[in-house]
Formats: sequence, structure tokens, C-alpha cells
Amino acid sequence: MTTRWFGARIPRSEDSRLVTGRGTYVDDVRVPGTLHAAFLRSPFAAARIKSIDVSRARTLPGVHLVLTGFDAPVLRNPCPLLIPNPQLQHPKTQVPLATEVVRHVGEPVACVVADSRYEAEDALELIEVDWEPLPAVHYLEQAAQPDAPRVHADLADNVAAHMVQQSGDFAAAAAAADHVLKLRLYMDRGTASSMETRGLIAWVDPGGALQVYDSTQAPIPIRNFMAAMLGLPQSKVRVVAPDVGGGFGPKVMMMYPEEVVVPYAALQLGRPVKWIEDRRENFGATTQERDQLHEVEVAFNRDGEIVGLKTVYLHDQGAYCPYGLQNPLITGTTLPGPYRLRNYHMEFRMLYTHKPFVTPYRGAGRPHGVYVMERCIDALARHLGADPNDVRRRNFIQPEEFPYDFGLTYQDGAPLRYDSGNYPEMLRMLLEMIEYDQFKREDQPRYRAAGRCVGIGVAPYVEGSGIGPFEGVRVTVEPSGKVMAATSVGTQGQGHYTSFAQIIADQLGVTPRDVFLTTGDTDKFNWGTGTFASRAAVVAGTAAHLAAAAVREKALEVASRILEAAPEDLELADGQVRVRGVPARAVSLGQVAARAMPLRGTLPSVDYTPGLEAIRYFAPSVGTFASGAHAAIIEIDPETGDMKVLRYCVVHDCGNVINPMIVEGQVHGGVAQGLGGVFYEKLVFDENGQCLTSTYMDYLLPTAREVPEIETDHLETPSPLNPLGMKGAGEAGVIPVAAMMAEAIDDALDHLGTEKITEMPLNPARLRAIIAAAGALPQAR
Amino acid sequence: MKPPRFTYFDPHTLPEALDLLQAHGTDAKVLAGGQSLVPMLNMRLARPAVLVDVNRLPGLAYIRDAGTYLAIGALTRHRQVEKSPLVAARCPLLSEAIRWVGHVQIRNRGTMGGSIAHADPGAELPAVVAALGGRIVLAGAGGDRREVTPDNFFLGWFMTSLQPGEMVVEVRVPTAPPHSGQAFVELARRSGDFALCGVAAHVELDDAGRVQDARMALIGVGPGPIVPEVAGVLAGERPGAAALAAAADRARAAAEPEDDVHATADYRRHLAGVLARRALEQALARAGGPAAAAGGAGA
Amino acid sequence: MSKRTITVTVNGQTHTADVEPRLLLSDFIRHTLGLTGTHVGCEHGVCGACTVLWHDPEDGPLAVRACLTFAVQADGAELTTVEGLAPDPEHLHPLQQAFMDEHGLQCGFCTPGFLMTLVPFLQEHPDPTDAEIRAGIAGNICRCTGYQNIVKAVRKAAGQMGGGDGA
Repeated sequence: MTTRWFGARIPRSEDSRLVTGRGTYVDDVRVPGTLHAAFLRSPFAAARIKSIDVSRARTLPGVHLVLTGFDAPVLRNPCPLLIPNPQLQHPKTQVPLATEVVRHVGEPVACVVADSRYEAEDALELIEVDWEPLPAVHYLEQAAQPDAPRVHADLADNVAAHMVQQSGDFAAAAAAADHVLKLRLYMDRGTASSMETRGLIAWVDPGGALQVYDSTQAPIPIRNFMAAMLGLPQSKVRVVAPDVGGGFGPKVMMMYPEEVVVPYAALQLGRPVKWIEDRRENFGATTQERDQLHEVEVAFNRDGEIVGLKTVYLHDQGAYCPYGLQNPLITGTTLPGPYRLRNYHMEFRMLYTHKPFVTPYRGAGRPHGVYVMERCIDALARHLGADPNDVRRRNFIQPEEFPYDFGLTYQDGAPLRYDSGNYPEMLRMLLEMIEYDQFKREDQPRYRAAGRCVGIGVAPYVEGSGIGPFEGVRVTVEPSGKVMAATSVGTQGQGHYTSFAQIIADQLGVTPRDVFLTTGDTDKFNWGTGTFASRAAVVAGTAAHLAAAAVREKALEVASRILEAAPEDLELADGQVRVRGVPARAVSLGQVAARAMPLRGTLPSVDYTPGLEAIRYFAPSVGTFASGAHAAIIEIDPETGDMKVLRYCVVHDCGNVINPMIVEGQVHGGVAQGLGGVFYEKLVFDENGQCLTSTYMDYLLPTAREVPEIETDHLETPSPLNPLGMKGAGEAGVIPVAAMMAEAIDDALDHLGTEKITEMPLNPARLRAIIAAAGALPQAR
Repeated sequence: MKPPRFTYFDPHTLPEALDLLQAHGTDAKVLAGGQSLVPMLNMRLARPAVLVDVNRLPGLAYIRDAGTYLAIGALTRHRQVEKSPLVAARCPLLSEAIRWVGHVQIRNRGTMGGSIAHADPGAELPAVVAALGGRIVLAGAGGDRREVTPDNFFLGWFMTSLQPGEMVVEVRVPTAPPHSGQAFVELARRSGDFALCGVAAHVELDDAGRVQDARMALIGVGPGPIVPEVAGVLAGERPGAAALAAAADRARAAAEPEDDVHATADYRRHLAGVLARRALEQALARAGGPAAAAGGAGA
Repeated sequence: MSKRTITVTVNGQTHTADVEPRLLLSDFIRHTLGLTGTHVGCEHGVCGACTVLWHDPEDGPLAVRACLTFAVQADGAELTTVEGLAPDPEHLHPLQQAFMDEHGLQCGFCTPGFLMTLVPFLQEHPDPTDAEIRAGIAGNICRCTGYQNIVKAVRKAAGQMGGGDGA
């Protein structure tokens, strides 16, 4: 296999558009005659709607349409449940426009369509809703109480799902173990906050087809659901995900209420209708993630061997669960990480609360799993007076133990079975990079002598990635010699245009610049699921490789007839097929393509497809498991509780890397989001379920001054599960950050005798309270 | 997030602007840099019937040396203050504090008068004026002017003694005398955000290096800039750890913080003491006095 | 509600339009003029995606947030948006080229705001330190890159524009 472009650090082909302002994000799509929608949203977390009066809004000049759920069944009926599970006993999904009860602040109840967004918002103020506020459930333990208000009145309690998975026998292992420690760990809620909010524009074209441009990560399923819900033939609906200004998970959700109401309004009016979520809406109308409360018991022997672990946890699902129980399930199955964890008991209850509903946000339950495991490692190392990294080494799955099966079921329904990795080497590389031993031996004592609180933290993780069900790619060589490729997955900045082109170029002997990729247009590719779960490169990337390889075979076969040479004597290079060693005997790929679609004669056989084209799908039965390890040296100002990262190092193993520049960028961005979740970003809800942090003044996205320089290195353990040996990378950066930072903070404050970190996110006030509770300030000696 | 309707005026002379403000009274809001007002409008949290845009008024953007103070026109952009060598030389506290105001895009539009009139309790510029005992010059109906001291101007959370029909036209910031030192220290949750707590400090020494005067203002820990009396505990001596601790105690005692999503009241009060000490240490060091051997940890 | 006629020069082209006083400059640029390279991320002045250059007769080009300005306030003003940065598609501004070379963008949504912030920044800081760069872009939020490659791109552009050594 030629691997000239695979692995190359080449700039992205999509960038020249984006740096010159010629990108096309959904709000850049301009269709003449477009009207603008705005949504009236619930100001209450829990309320009964006694009446809605839209009459004054309808008469405001400039207003074309006012919709409520009373106007049509499709506007008030529940949206689909996307991922059912037998353990999801009481699924409840959102309705486009609530008519009876609202269950979170921001839930839509009416939609105004007007000449401008300004006038639509004016009209919203004229809609009168008679609300009867109801008591709200706003935090996990409250939701779990038997006498708590119920989010869904027809259910006996707030439990949406209860799942138990076990391997071995935890109770027996704990009874036999030298030590058992108990921890209680909490992670609070955050939001993905892509810089482009959600939005869509819908119109009916002159041919009668519904055209929709949607800032989504999953255009094909959106098309399918939209057609079904609106009663349209699927062939008469086209959904395009144009340039998407960041996704990070919430844009996989379907169907968001607006994805039903906006096309409905366009069909009603016969005019284009656009809705662009504004930033304040985004804090209630787009899904969130991360609140989870874990009770943990870890059993271990005096040599540091972990012999069992049990975690029972509550997951805050918010008001609805269209995405099923994926997040807490992923937590439990990510928790074992790189360790030989036998005798494991995971058990969770997924609870409804009166908060915006939860779907995966980059990491998707994984940060919690790593946090729980690594807090245990740190606690048991402390208990034993050992270095946590010695405990890690003691428990690592060894390179020769793959495939390693945990006896659990992963989020895709397949066995939790690791395909490959090299965790001891990964940790070795990381500790060397950050000079761990020197820090512990020389630097930290020096800092402490000067009264400074400087600490180091480490956290490895394993990430399930590249799961099925499938993705597909069509590769076509045109008579011009240019290569067209179309795929089902959309792109939100991950560089698919470039990395897929690199894969295809290798097969066809062209440069990536000759490969033109279309993503996320349902008219260009009909089948697929979407971009999520760190799977696009693995699943669609492999499909691209397979399709390009099939085209290559065909090119050799056709060219062999033109050149009168055996296919095995031919090679593809420089946009040509040529006879090996005789470069003059060559035919361009374009000519081959032309020959593959003859105007007279016939095709060689019945099952022979015309054109230099192939479609291939890749449908992995199990995912591949990427891994990585992060370490940081941080400093805490013990007087103010403020925290600063002094060094941040990452070793990352996503198998064979298509484009290291892109992968490093993914890691950097993930780390920045992870640090946000550690120290800056927190959605705070009051007892009425009101979000108190619903602007960028209060929900603090890190700036360039909060995010440190990140040093990265790659370890490549190829996956045996796909021909290019790839593993997923998209979510990696965020996964171990909370776990690693907790260890670093504890280490920085260890000499003060502080309580250990059990919650995330933190802030200066909280760290200062922890320091104050421990008593005296450090003194310079 | 689109603003509600309003009637818009952009007068070209100050008398015209004052007439409009007089005519529309409490219905009118002055639009200067707009960096605080426009977000409120976009969220429809502020709904003035009338906006009087003062950006086209001539002659209100200046920085003049008036000897004991710098006279700064209300429409002087933050950025002009930040880049002014005159401000750096004559009022280093203002020069230092203004770098903490938002980000460069905010400072390019935000105005001196706007920051003062908006009176955000976490804002830096009111602290500078309050710490140094500056003056705020207001113009009212018929062009009448009055000078107001900071304690008579900043009345509470976003509240000032500006009357309907009046606007800030000039801010007077005392210049630093010889043998003085100034410092502005702040902790914000994130770069460019309003302060969790900030301290503007000013000290003056006599020829023997003893503290002659010391003043400070705290922000983020109360309804407006808070000016604890610290001269008493610092004056007349070469302040050591005990004196600085006493001043920090004064700062803590004067603070009136409340809990919010970013910090508890207790924490803000604690921070007032820590940052007060640090600001005084820095100011003393800059004044050429004892570089406060008080110690204390932290970067 | 009475509209106003305004004349604004954007990227050297003069436009005249009737606008409602409440129309934000960001919406005027994007929707009235169709220059959609300027993006809108928060509409309350924090994210910086809408940053454009406002040419001050004395101070030169100033980076300002278009979402916190009304279009009527720009009557008579001269602005530059990202579309006006490169002389032509074949010759990118050094900052644009450096962002491409150093992978300083992923989804690209925030990128125009960063570029417009950085043009006057590099004029003021021809040879910036990393700390200066990070302070200079702290008023722009990027959710994809973690900023590292943006900082790298700025260093590179500064070097190419003759400021520093680009190291």
C-alpha cells in the first residue's frame, strides 16, 4: 500500500474559503423572500399551560404566522426515541410545541414567523400565556426522593432508566481484599456552546421538494425523520449540513423542536423560513450534559492491585431522553480505563429533572468514568503511601493481553473488548515528557520551601471510538481526472475534506487537492448516521479507503485493456495509470474514466457497473479503543484559590494517524474544553430550575489567557479492526482533564492537609474554602 | 436577541443633547460606547423609549493636564486613555486600571464617561476616581455644570446621583504627587471579566519615607466602589506586616459583598483583605518605600 | 417607525441604505449588505466573532464588536470586514495564510473575528510575545482550537510581515 499522503501533515483544503469569509454557515444561506422565526419559550422550569392567546401577536404588522401546538398534531406529538434500550423503562421525548405542561426553562410553546427577526421578537411579547407554575426538581438527589415532584406526572417516580452491569463478584472480592475505600464524587452540568448556535432554513423549491439547510451533525437521519413527521416522501426532502460552526455533540440531537416547526411553517406559508438560535436561547434550547453523582467502593490489596470496584450513580437526564441512556452507560463502560478491572459492579439510575435535556457533549459520559477511576487510584495510592503511577503500572492491561474482554456490554450493544494499545509505554512517554521524577524529587520541594503550592497530576484513559453501525463513501473519477467523493457524515471543523482526501489520494495516485469531497448533503449520499462518538475517521474514513481501493482495481482493469498490459504490471501515480518501469506507456485517469463509460458497445458483464466509480460501506461490529494520557503541573495561589497551569503534556494514541496536524488540533481543543469544565464553565440552576449562568458573562468559556500551551506526542498502536489501523480522536482531548486536574490540585495542596477533591467544576472560591478548612497558610521556610 | 424599538437621536452639539435629555427625562438613555447598554438592549432587559447617541458631540474627547488633576472628556475612549503617555506619567493608577477593562474591542468603543455613569460595582474606573478622590463633572439643563465627589456620585448598584436630563461631561482624576506610589490589583474569574474583587491603592510618603497618606477603593465587593479608611493605620510609620494586616482588616470590614454564581460573599470579603494588602505592598514599593517585608505567600 | 438613510463605506465600497435605528451593525453587514463573512456568536459583546475594523481618522483601524453598535452609528464611517482583507483570492493577507498553514482554525466560525482583531494588533505589536498575543486575542472566543495554533499563526504572520523573526 502506498502511504504517501496518509500520515502527512498537510494544510486543510477547506481553509481558503473559511479565512476569507466565503464559508457558508446556515445563517449565510440567503434565499429571496425569507421570513424569520422566533420561539416563545417557557420562563418556568415546571408549569401547566392554562391557556395561550396569540391573537394580538397575529395582528402585529410584519407577522405572517403564529403557531402553537394546538395547530397540528405534528406540532404537539412527541418526537422520536432515537436509541431504545430494554433498561430504558420509561422513555419520554420532547414535543415540538408544548400544549399542556412545560418541563424546563426554554421549552418552546409558540413560534412567530415575521418579516424580520426583530419583528418576530416584538410579536413574542404580545403572546399571552396563562401559566400555573409547578414545583421544580432541580438537582439529582432531590429527583431521587420518593416524594419529589414528578417531572412526568404519568410515571410513578423520576426514574427513566435503571441499569446494572457486573463482571465477577464485587462483594466477594471486597470481602477478601486488604482494603476497601469509599468515595462520593460529583460532576456538575456544562454545555458544548459551539460558537455557531443551532439554526436552519427551509423552503419549497419550484420542483416541490422541501429544501432544508440545518446546522446539524446528522443530516441523513434528520431528513428521514423530517419526511416521516411531515408526511412527505423522503425523496422530496433534502437536508444539507453546510459549513457547521462547531458541533461537539448537541447538534447530533434529533428532532429538535425547531427542526419540526420551521419546515412546517415553510410548507404552510410557501415561503422560506429561517430560524437562528440566539445565544440566550442556546442555554435552554440546546442539550447539555455532565451532572452525575457517584458512590464508589474500591477494593485493593496492599501491593496496589485493584481487585474490585463498585459504583452506583445517578445521572441527571433533564426533562426528556430522546438519546436514550447512552451517557451514563458510556460512563460505566469507560470507567475501567487501561486497568485490568475484574469484579466490577456498575449501576445507575437515570433521573428526570426540570432542566434542559441531556444528550452527549464531547466526551459523553467518558470524563466521569475516568474521573471516578482515577480518583480511586489517587485515593488508594495515598492510602498505601505509594506513588499513583506505581499503582497505575501495577494494574495496567499489558500489550500482550489484547484483545481484552471485560465481560461488559458497550454503548453499541457489542462486548466491551479492547482491540489494542500499549498503556505502559504511553505512561512512560508521558512521565518522561513532563519530567515527572524530577518534578517530584527536586522541583516540588523547592516550590514548597518557597511557600508555593505547585502540584502534578496524571490521568490515562481509554476511549471507545469508531463504533457502527456503518458509514459509506462514493468515490468517482470524472473524465476530467478529478476525483469526486461523497459521504454521509457531515463535518463541523474536523477537517474531513482533507483527511478523507488524503486516504483517497493514496489509492488513486493523485494529490489530495484533486479530490473533492461532499459531506452532509442527503442528495449526494443517501445512507448514513452522523458525526459522533469519535467515529467519522474510522468508519467513514475506512469506507473511503475501501471505495477508493475498488475504484483503483477498476482503473487497473480498464487501463489494462487500453495499455494491453496485465493489471499487476500497472501502477497508479501522478494522475495516470502506467506500466511499471515504462512511464511512457501511460494513460490518464480521466481517459480511463471516459473508457469506463462507453458510448457504444456493451459492458463486460451483467454485474459490471459503469463509470470509474464505487460505493463502499464500512460496518464495524465492534468499536476500536483509542487511548491517551495527560499530565499537568499547576500552581494554586493559596491566598486567593486562583489556579494556573504551568505545563500541560499529552500522549495520544489513536492508532495510525491520517494527519497529525489535525489530530493535534483536536487534542488542543478538547483540552481547552476540559479545562473549561474544571475551572470556568458551570451551569448553575436555582431552586426554581432557573439557569443563573445563561450568558457569556456568567458561563465562562476559556480565552487564550486561560488555556495553556499544550505539548503533544503520538504513540501509534494500529487497530487490527480496520485496514488502515485507525482509531477515533475527536473526543480524546476532553476525557481525562477533570481526573488529571483533580490529582494535580490535590498534589499542589497535599502538604496543607486539605480535603481531597470530589467535585467538578471548581473555582477560586471553592479552592480557597478547601484551603481555609485545612487551617494554616503555607509559609516560606 | 434583537433590541426593542426606540426613538433615536444623534445630536451634534452638547446643548442639543442636553435639551433632548431634558425633554425626554427618564424615558431617555444616553448611548456612548454602548458596550454595556447595547447588550442590555439586545436582551431586552433595558427598554428606553429614547436613545440619545452622544458619539457625534464635538469636543468631549480629550485628556488635559490641569496640574493637580487630569481632565478627561467623557467621550474619551478607554483605548485613548490606555495609550496616553500623559496618563501613564501623571496618573499611573488609571493607566494600570484601564488595562483591566474588558478587552481591546471593548476599550476601542467604551468611554470614560460611560464607565463612570454606568457605575457597575465590578468596574475598574469608578474605583480609580473613588480612591484618588477625583471629581465627576455633570452638565444639565441649559448647560449648567456641577462637580460631584465620588462618594456623592456612586450611590449603589448601578445607581448614581445623575439626574434625568444630566450627563457626565468630564472626569477629573488627581495626578500622582512626588513620592507617591499607586497600584491596581484585581482577580477576575476570567481575563477581561468584571472583578471578583479589585483594589486601587495610592500611598504618599514624606521625605523620611513615612506614609503621609494612603487611600484605596475596592470593587466587586459591594454596591459600588468602597473606600475604606486606611490612612489611619498606615500613616506616620514605615508600614510592616502588622500595619498592612490592619489595613487589610479595614478592607475586609468595609466590604459589603453578596453571594453570586461566581463566588460566595465570604470569599469576596477574604479576597478584599488579600488584594488590599497586595495592592498596598505594590504601591509602597513603587513609592520607593519599604517593599513591605510583610511576606505572605502567593505568586 | 422611522427609518434613516445611512451611507457606510465597507471594504472600499460605499453603500447607502434605509435602516431602522435598532438594526445592529452586525445584521446590517451580514443581511443588508450580504457580507456574511462577519459572524454573530453571542450578540452581547463577549465572543468577538462579529469583530470588524472601524477606521478612525486619527487612530486608524480599530477592532470593534459589530453586535454592540447600531448601523445608524456607522453613518459616514469606513469599515473593513474579512472580505476586504485579502487583495484577491490568490493573494491572501499574511494572517490568513498563516492561519491556514498552522491549522489556526477548525470550524472556522470564529476565524474572521480573530483575523480582524489581529490586523491592528500586529500593527501595534510587530514582534509580539506569546503573552502579548494571548492578551490581544482574549476578547475572541474559539471553541475548537484551544488557541495554540492561533498563537502559532500570529507568530508566523508577524515574522512574514517583517516584524519579528517569526520564531
